Amino acid sequence: MEPLLTVREVRKTYRRDGGVFSQNSKGGRFTAVNGVSFSVARGETFAIVGESGCGKTTLARMLLRLIEPDSGEIRLEGRDLLALRGDKLRAQRRQMQLVFQDPFASLNPRMRVGEIVAEPLVIHEAALSAAQRLDRAVAILRRVGLNDEALRRYPHEFSGGQRQRIGIARALILQPKLIVADEPVSGLDVSVGAQVLLLLQELQREFSLTYVFISHSLPVVAQVATRIAVMRAGEFVETGAAEQVLHQPGHPYTRELLSAVPELPTT
Amino acid sequence: MINVMTSLLEVRGLTVELPTAAGWVRPVNEVSLSIAAGESLGLVGESGSGKTMLSLALMGLLPPGARVSGEASLAVEAVPKELTALTEREWREIRGGEIAMVFQEPMTSLNPVMRIGAQIEEAIRAHRPQLDTAEAKRRTIDSLRRAAVPEPEIRAHQFPHQLSGGLRQRAMIGMALSAEPRLLIADEPTTALDVTVQKQILELLDRLRRELKLGLLFITHDLGVVAQVAERVAVMYAGRVIEEGPAREVLERPRHPYTQGLLKASPTLKRGALTPIPGTVPQLTALPTGCAFEPRCEFRRSDCVTEVPALRTAGENHNARCVLV
Repeated sequence: MEPLLTVREVRKTYRRDGGVFSQNSKGGRFTAVNGVSFSVARGETFAIVGESGCGKTTLARMLLRLIEPDSGEIRLEGRDLLALRGDKLRAQRRQMQLVFQDPFASLNPRMRVGEIVAEPLVIHEAALSAAQRLDRAVAILRRVGLNDEALRRYPHEFSGGQRQRIGIARALILQPKLIVADEPVSGLDVSVGAQVLLLLQELQREFSLTYVFISHSLPVVAQVATRIAVMRAGEFVETGAAEQVLHQPGHPYTRELLSAVPELPTT
Repeated sequence: MINVMTSLLEVRGLTVELPTAAGWVRPVNEVSLSIAAGESLGLVGESGSGKTMLSLALMGLLPPGARVSGEASLAVEAVPKELTALTEREWREIRGGEIAMVFQEPMTSLNPVMRIGAQIEEAIRAHRPQLDTAEAKRRTIDSLRRAAVPEPEIRAHQFPHQLSGGLRQRAMIGMALSAEPRLLIADEPTTALDVTVQKQILELLDRLRRELKLGLLFITHDLGVVAQVAERVAVMYAGRVIEEGPAREVLERPRHPYTQGLLKASPTLKRGALTPIPGTVPQLTALPTGCAFEPRCEFRRSDCVTEVPALRTAGENHNARCVLV
């Protein structure tokens, strides 16, 4: 079967022009993502793990064309995403949604949760009536564990975990095929982070979702990933089945990351 | 003769109350703990548990209007000092001089427009105004070297933004220890760092604790980190210590359902063992009358709601605030 997502040799280079306060005005070029290739099968969770500055967030954003790659190819269900324009791009975009690290920063503080969650429908399903949009918002909010009361409230009235549920509801309301989750539990407390990880796994089964899961944490990735790519300095240094990468790592950098994880005593 | 086991910090029934629109709340509620010289205590809790407010109380940095009761005595000299009774002038000697603190994000505690060395020198001079310039500079470089900052003379001349996150945290640790305090409070010092850098900082803190016989209060939400740095651990929930004991024993044989739940909810490299704790932390303005964890507890009984359970003995030097113990 054809993979849902295929990425070939994507590359992104930024100009370092020094800036006003820089002491060396020479500038230079900085390669954030350096020719990364991978494919993601339907229903799997492909995790990209790496430390800060490794390029994982730039890569995640390129998958959604929130950042334009300099070169390379991204195909969703075989369609060349980088060649699409206008309505065709919009139609494709609804198939792929982003879940952010900091749900508070990504939710409009002046909008009620009902409007926030239903907003993608206004854009992508303009034919729906307000009542139909409301029904869809209620249904998806219930599914992520929030009651109908949430509709009329504002983001600041919710805890971090609830806000992340709102972000997930907003991402899911268009019934996308691919979810790119960028550090979805890093800002959350341990007990709440576990709730969100389990919710993401339930939703994956229920809605046949495919995840690209970005994280700095190998223990978090170990809970959800079917395959893991370890990224360093813009490149994948190792890609493989989750069990393989976690327990028989092939690359010295993967071993270094694994050995730095503060482990609990085994009970 | 001095008893070697005498604690450096002895906290007894410390309560911090803050005024809010909904009345007084108690972010720190009857907390007792002790730290000996050279000992590390891990203080574990999620957001709202009161762990940060407790550390601010121990630094004399509570927000205006806070009410403090209970005791916190610091034994650096023959006569212990009662921290809850200090004036602001007295605090200025203790803070940095006897108790120092490092925070999660060094970038927000360092002055961005001042060179690293000048900031450390300022901290040294605040406690030793009689030092001449050459000696203050020498101690500045020593502080950086002690925190294993490579090329300390060069780093001293740089600004915070020119250092990596790990180096900034080392510089902060060097600065915190520059006036030779006896107790170091580290509030999530590695949470913002990459895991490989975190490992180095944890090793550094451990080495400094042993070499300098520092008391270390290490605040974190990460049980894996606690297992690395702490000899003893205290777990806080909704303002109270709900379990305390030797770190290994508490992590291997937790007795309080919250500690058990936290362990089961913590991701490890093993797959699929994750069990979340249902519900959320209660609001301090609406605490249950009994055990604060009762609404989320899978083992709750009818007597859990009647009163707050006392800390019960769960093993040698191991206590838990639960009726099941």
